[in-house]
Amino acid sequence: MAYRLIGTNFTPPDAVAKVTGRAKYAEDFRAEGMLFCKLLTSPMPHAQVNKIDASEALKMEGVAAILTADEVPQFPPPQDPILSNEPLFVGAPTLAVAAVDELTAADAIERIKIDMEPLPFTVDPLDSLYPAGPDARTNGNVANVKLNLQTVKWDAGDFAKAGDTQLPLGKPAESWEYGDLEAGFRDAKVVIEESFVTAGYSHHSMEPRTAMAYWQNGKCFLHGSSQSQTFVIPQLARYIGIEPKDLILIAEFCGGGFGSKGTAYPIMSIPAHLSKKTGRPVMMRITQSEEYALGSARPGFQGYVKMGFRADGRMTACDIYVVHENGPNLGFWDFRNAGEAMSIVYQPLAMRWRGISVLTNTPPRGPQRGPGQNQTAAAIEPLIDKAARELGLDRVAIRHINAPDAHGKIGEERDPVTSAYLREALDKGAQLFAWDARKGRSGQRKGSKLTGIGVGQAFHTAGAAGFDGLVRITPDGELHVHTGMGNLGTYSYAATARIAAETLGYDWKNVVVEQGDTRRGLPWNLGQFGSNSSFTMARTNYVGAMDAKAKLLEIAVRELGGKAEDYDLADEKIVSKMDKAKSMTFGQAAQRAIQLGAAFSGAEVPENLNPITKSAVAMLAGSGLIGVAKDTLPKKGVVPSFAVTFAEIELDAETGEVAVVDTVGVTDCGTVIHPQNLAGQVKGGNTDGNRHGAVRAPCL
Amino acid sequence: MSQGDRACGEQRCESHVSDAATPEGIEAIARSPTSRRTFIKGVIASGTAVSSAGYLFRSSGSRAAQAQGLGAVERLMTLNVNGRDRRVDVLPPETLAHTIRYKLGLIGTKLGCDHGECGACTVLVNDVAVYSCTTLTHRVRGRQITTIEGLEGANGELHKVQQAFVEELGPQCGFCTPGQVMSAVALLKANPKPTLDEARLAMSGNLCRCGAYDHYVKGVMRAAQEV
Repeated sequence: MAYRLIGTNFTPPDAVAKVTGRAKYAEDFRAEGMLFCKLLTSPMPHAQVNKIDASEALKMEGVAAILTADEVPQFPPPQDPILSNEPLFVGAPTLAVAAVDELTAADAIERIKIDMEPLPFTVDPLDSLYPAGPDARTNGNVANVKLNLQTVKWDAGDFAKAGDTQLPLGKPAESWEYGDLEAGFRDAKVVIEESFVTAGYSHHSMEPRTAMAYWQNGKCFLHGSSQSQTFVIPQLARYIGIEPKDLILIAEFCGGGFGSKGTAYPIMSIPAHLSKKTGRPVMMRITQSEEYALGSARPGFQGYVKMGFRADGRMTACDIYVVHENGPNLGFWDFRNAGEAMSIVYQPLAMRWRGISVLTNTPPRGPQRGPGQNQTAAAIEPLIDKAARELGLDRVAIRHINAPDAHGKIGEERDPVTSAYLREALDKGAQLFAWDARKGRSGQRKGSKLTGIGVGQAFHTAGAAGFDGLVRITPDGELHVHTGMGNLGTYSYAATARIAAETLGYDWKNVVVEQGDTRRGLPWNLGQFGSNSSFTMARTNYVGAMDAKAKLLEIAVRELGGKAEDYDLADEKIVSKMDKAKSMTFGQAAQRAIQLGAAFSGAEVPENLNPITKSAVAMLAGSGLIGVAKDTLPKKGVVPSFAVTFAEIELDAETGEVAVVDTVGVTDCGTVIHPQNLAGQVKGGNTDGNRHGAVRAPCL
Repeated sequence: MSQGDRACGEQRCESHVSDAATPEGIEAIARSPTSRRTFIKGVIASGTAVSSAGYLFRSSGSRAAQAQGLGAVERLMTLNVNGRDRRVDVLPPETLAHTIRYKLGLIGTKLGCDHGECGACTVLVNDVAVYSCTTLTHRVRGRQITTIEGLEGANGELHKVQQAFVEELGPQCGFCTPGQVMSAVALLKANPKPTLDEARLAMSGNLCRCGAYDHYVKGVMRAAQEV
């Protein structure tokens, strides 16, 4: 099918605001009478706050209020607290002070007497698993999402058996397997068995997570730095202690998140609490060093893998174990994603995955760009090279024979995938890079400089569905695409809005993308994370536009007679197929929709919509023709995306400095909506990937 | 390798460190073939600017401010910003980023690290790109300061660099973009027809966590064709 908008470049509506400095991020807002807040953060990795004496601070001129952990909503451990009397990492917020300016708030913090008792701490999961080793929390050392907080210790024998060079393999918290692992290793010509380490590191967005809040007429207005818009509302409202309907989130721009601002995070609520307490707006600026501690970080892995290969390179068996450094709180399931990534990228004939998520007194962990999949790529891909070397195979060939096609399977349940073109990506990359001609130069030395020629693969899933699409055609004929996905900076909020425009045959210049502020009437949409935006929001905006289309046709039938199938949509008009003169503009139809009311104008909505969408439609009802629907389109299997990178690097053997001389990236990403932006995303991902390459440390 | 070498990265930077204590020295270094990243490290090493004091700020004229020490006496000065003289009260340890963002309301200049590392706060001082978070406002008295707000034409037309960055889709999250734009403008003022390597070097003081470097450099080269 030929598209007009899908697959063509365009300038996203917010690009000019970014190059002119007019884009307003959370810290760029001011409010009359605004107070400033500073956090008292823990100097200890694990401590108990026994007593807080704030009397001197409260006596200071200009100090408006102090907020302690006892005054904010509590959440069951190991959920991330807003403020805590048991700080679990250096930099954990324990209380906040609001004052007329930041210096006064900072001075006040200096005058607070706080009695903190240091508690045992750990930054290494293995230390915590060791018998009688320290626990990151007083109530446990193992937890994750859907993994209850508990205490797990391995036997000293597990450690002794492993020695100094192998990961100890104690009892896992979770495991799964398929196929005959023993037979797989028995049939293998080469078995690679290695332990590996990948580092945990901060997301380090350019914009720290500053927030500003005030209250008006019982509603909380919050300016925050968020990747996502409506998806964060329910949890953010819980952090503030209000109903979602009472929260107005203004987050039109986000200075980077990389996963760390995808879902609601607790400290965004602090200015809201202080504002409620003081009756004045409160700005909480976060410094980059505070961000480093309380922002979020990718969990590091300590892992073990054993892989068997046939003579032709096919992976017969894979046994992988990941000890996951989870930070002190709920964390994220990178360790599980490692198993999924192994299973789909290499399609082992038999496989076992084991994992344990151990709590550490490090900055809290959260999902970061390819959470788990990227650690796995960084750790495993060099071992695939090792297997190729031992088998005398080409490094692309060994990847090719294991790569999934459309019949590929993923995970414990051997779930199907919707498509997979990893082999084609390898072929295309090899051709663009001239792999065959160049690979022989790998390892050549000139002075202190060594040339390296390499190939690597990565994977991530998409596939979230079930969200609400909302579009509105106003009497002036404009199409308003209401998107609650957020604006992380990938421009997918705009690219996926073009799906609605494409569906209705709109000229892009007559389309307005409504986003970034609850008051614009934003539907319940997936947050902008997990490589899902394009996939999920394309579907979502499609169903919203299709509902609008059906209503346009219905109005034409009512006004002009005949049946819906007698009409086409063309040039923003509903036109009779038989008699081109018989038509009405979308603007006229929108005007008629307002008069008709009911579902046409948004006065009535489908029952299956999320409450957030219902209140968004209520906000917009009567202003035009409303197209709104929940995405119930079918979805068959996991939606994978694959990336292949070929690179030539130059390593200075004396200094360790690595220069990337040349790189080719090929991505299996489905239908391209915005080619120029896709190129930017692929290159940005490549830049990020260089870091993974740099910080992986094999235990040899 | 001495600590000084490591801090400077390049041997030639060493001799410049002491010069950085004067505005003339800053400009001389910035115009030298040293990368701005190296330059700013030199400035930090010399103690010209202390950024941490600037991050925290007091509301102008507060009694608390006067009661406290910190050399906190504001002095009224005239700053020429975007072609206009602006009268503003400035504390001795106040950074230019602080003054332009919080006192002059020019919020297009962003604070990323506030430590002279990321370049989000880059502005022009006499057409030279500097990190405003590590430049003391009192040091730039009498100089022409240009911020991102000062680039557009009288009728709102975009500067060539801004236009090129839009066309090449330089920004992703956009937080580093004002700084990237200012560095590119400074480069093209000094060197209207840079080579690709010269453009890369000139932009090397501006970090982009999204990794959009290639698009920014392409934008610089596109703008160079237009200038």
